[in-house]
Amino acid sequence: MSETVLDAGEPANAPAAHRRITLRPPRAKSKLASSFHTPWWHRAAERTIAVFALAAIAAIALIFIFIAREALPMLWEAEFAEEVALRDLFVPKQWHGYEDPVFVWQPVGEPAKFNVVPLFIGSLKVTLLAMLMSVPLGIGCAMFVALYAPRAVREVVKPIIELLAGIPSVVLGFFALMVLASWAQATFGFRFRLNAVVAAIGLALTIVPVIFTISEDAIQSVPKTLTEAALALGARKYQVALRVVLPAAIPGIAAGVVLGFGRAVGETMIVLMASGNAAVMELFDFSTSVRTVTATIAAELGEVAQGDPHWRVLFLLGVMLFAVTFVLNIVGDIAIRRLQKRLTATS
Amino acid sequence: MRYTGKDWLLAGLTGAALLVILLLLFVLLGQIAWHGAPVISAEFLTEKPGADMTSGGIWPAIYGTVFMTLLMTLAGVPVGIATAIFLTEYASPRSRIARAVRMAVNNLAGVPSIVFGLFGLGFFIIFVGGSLDAILYDDPRPVWGKPSILWASLTLAVLTLPVVIVTTEEALRQVPRELRDASLALGATRFQTVYMIVLPNAKGGILTGVILAVSRGAGEVAPIIFCGAANFLPYLPTDLRDMFMHLGYHVYALATQSPNVDAARPMLFGTVLVLLVLTFSLNLLAVIIRARSRAALRP
Amino acid sequence: MLRARQNHWVFLALAATLAVAGCTSGKRADGGESSPRGADSTLTIKGSDTMVILAQKWAQAFMDANPGKVLQVSGGGSGTGVAALINGTADLANASRPIKDKERKQLTKRRGVDASEFRVALDSLAVYVPAANGIEALTIPQLKKIFRGQTTNWKDVGGEDMRIVLYSRENNSGTYAYFKEHVLDNEDFAATAQTLPGTAAVIHAVSKDKGGIGYGGIAYAEGVRTVKVAAEGSDPVEPTMENATSGKYPLSRFLNIYSAGEASGLAKEYLDFVLSDEGQKVVEGVGYYPLPKEAK
Repeated sequence: MSETVLDAGEPANAPAAHRRITLRPPRAKSKLASSFHTPWWHRAAERTIAVFALAAIAAIALIFIFIAREALPMLWEAEFAEEVALRDLFVPKQWHGYEDPVFVWQPVGEPAKFNVVPLFIGSLKVTLLAMLMSVPLGIGCAMFVALYAPRAVREVVKPIIELLAGIPSVVLGFFALMVLASWAQATFGFRFRLNAVVAAIGLALTIVPVIFTISEDAIQSVPKTLTEAALALGARKYQVALRVVLPAAIPGIAAGVVLGFGRAVGETMIVLMASGNAAVMELFDFSTSVRTVTATIAAELGEVAQGDPHWRVLFLLGVMLFAVTFVLNIVGDIAIRRLQKRLTATS
Repeated sequence: MRYTGKDWLLAGLTGAALLVILLLLFVLLGQIAWHGAPVISAEFLTEKPGADMTSGGIWPAIYGTVFMTLLMTLAGVPVGIATAIFLTEYASPRSRIARAVRMAVNNLAGVPSIVFGLFGLGFFIIFVGGSLDAILYDDPRPVWGKPSILWASLTLAVLTLPVVIVTTEEALRQVPRELRDASLALGATRFQTVYMIVLPNAKGGILTGVILAVSRGAGEVAPIIFCGAANFLPYLPTDLRDMFMHLGYHVYALATQSPNVDAARPMLFGTVLVLLVLTFSLNLLAVIIRARSRAALRP
Repeated sequence: MLRARQNHWVFLALAATLAVAGCTSGKRADGGESSPRGADSTLTIKGSDTMVILAQKWAQAFMDANPGKVLQVSGGGSGTGVAALINGTADLANASRPIKDKERKQLTKRRGVDASEFRVALDSLAVYVPAANGIEALTIPQLKKIFRGQTTNWKDVGGEDMRIVLYSRENNSGTYAYFKEHVLDNEDFAATAQTLPGTAAVIHAVSKDKGGIGYGGIAYAEGVRTVKVAAEGSDPVEPTMENATSGKYPLSRFLNIYSAGEASGLAKEYLDFVLSDEGQKVVEGVGYYPLPKEAK
């Protein structure tokens, strides 16, 4: 079969059936037309970009895979089963030398004791305390800056908070260890100089910028129409702030709080330096020292031989930590998306 | 608008919140500046630390930090920029792949830094390094499969990837649509548009992202504790397989493991001050560049 | 437009040059490109925090006497050092406690050789209290009760009415392991014991806490007092060089260096230096005790 190409503008003197007809744009003979031909390296570059873009997904997948890879063998390894029963990781046990069943994390000893519950309790205590301190501070500050402060103050405060956000956590940990701990012991009379409260204050310094930034954004994003309507109806400014703006901004603020929580749970250096690192199983007394999951990994990983049961438990802690922050992130994401939907729907 | 009593109360409470934060920040910076400034001198910045860590300088730590962030930037920035380009220029925002990449970036931003350390150990050192060793050498002693500046930089490159991606994306979005449309209308391919029009106009924002990433990477300590940082090295790292000293790690080591904490205090404060000055100037630079690039793009 | 593209190529070329330079500079004159770097000119020593200052001073002295050789010393605890030896990331491990059987087995499994032990110095594991604390002596059973959390007030051991605050080491520390074995009879420390990452941190914390008590190598005794320790049924003995050398002090221990297999090359040179008179003088300078003549 022969092919007839119809050029626009040329008479079609093709016979009937059995011909395939294709259309082609007018063949201009100028130099400009040659640039229609895409150089091969453009497509190559675009493909490279596409491949690189998968790096983020690959990174998350690789992180999970390779941490789990080091922890998973604990399920079937004989060497591990000799030393540790999987139950004992989570359930209290009556060890020799103790009077009751207890949760104990003492991985160096005969036998090694790997209960991870005190570590998670420690992380939770410090994080909750830090949230208790930083959420009111962050939201309060955001409300002040967004609603009451003159523009000049806002232009100054926002960079200052960004400054705070940029301080490395090792510096905050150092500050907590050297300065805050002594001050706190002098002021509150703690028995232990390094404890959950000191670590929580240090953590709060990390979380406040996160909560402030997101809350301030959320408050600013509340449509002005809502504010104006309330004022037109005769509300005072504080009523507008507390009953209209704040509730409208709650989804964003909540997302910020969730992200702040995730950040606090994952923070390592501050708790490593300032929390006392004692794996105390104590739920309500915040003046005891604590040992968090993150500090345990950081402090102990250097000492273990690869493949050791201790090694596997530490990587298990890493997997669990990753899972927790992953879930928190997804929750925060969903909350932010809901906020966007709600705000775009009402405006 | 008239403020009633309750308005003053609310303003007062929230203002107090601001004051508490500012006070804490002030105390923090003040203490560090007060105790650290007397220690800073030319020798402090250019000499090695003394063997007992209570004298000498921190030059190897500065060098190590700079070298590592350089490697980290070389490794991470191209990938980050490419991802941002992909998200803004090529992928349709509602496509599955764009959503997947975005979700991955958000999650990456939330991963704890110590988990990155585990990742560096489990993937780079044990898997990649170990495999390299198995392929290249017969000697059972690990050459690539042990902590080094290379793996630490790569780990931190992954950690700072979200920073680069998010800021670059923001910068690319700032470029007015008309420029892209005009370029395409004149017959350029999409890649030419990106490469010759969009990127040069987004230079400022991209640079901001790179600087913020560098600032973040220079301050992170947890990932490098077992990926390559050392507390005392008699040489400067010149080979990719060397370990290195690092300002942040030096602070941690001095504060917790030094032989005489009281004697090491001056050096500690000095090191912290140097680290803070470094971080702050980088952040300040980033803010300035961002402000200027935004002003330049305004028509 | 053309100019932009040219600049771009220049930058790429620069980056490529840097990368190549970075990689090739590592292939120093070590006898070929395929041998592990620095087999004969770099030594990595990791381990005990108790010994880290001593090791750094030894390294410095050795490097001063042998220019061109590079020694890299870091701490992290005896457990860390031995683990690094097993993993192959260290050539020598400093340990303030003897190597465990489990670790010996792991070393043989992973590196195919046995651990060689070298005793290099003597130390008294001292019990520290703040300078203001008046307690003169404690027996080992009393110490066990204190550190297990069963005795919680100083008045129960003859001191003031004050709560006892325990300062301990991280579990990768040889000092921790030694104390656990010899004082606690392998039972656990109290969960409330604050764990600190180095002896210096312990001393610092104890010096600042009126009710504090801690333990560590004798070289760190600044700003705190040591307590005389009595073994069960004996008199209290002070941690001094004579008492440690003669064995009268119940908590005296050897400080060791371990290598994988026979020490050879640079490692052997270093160990010879450490065990020589010059090396032992460094030990005294740091505050530990040189090896007694019989132990060498």
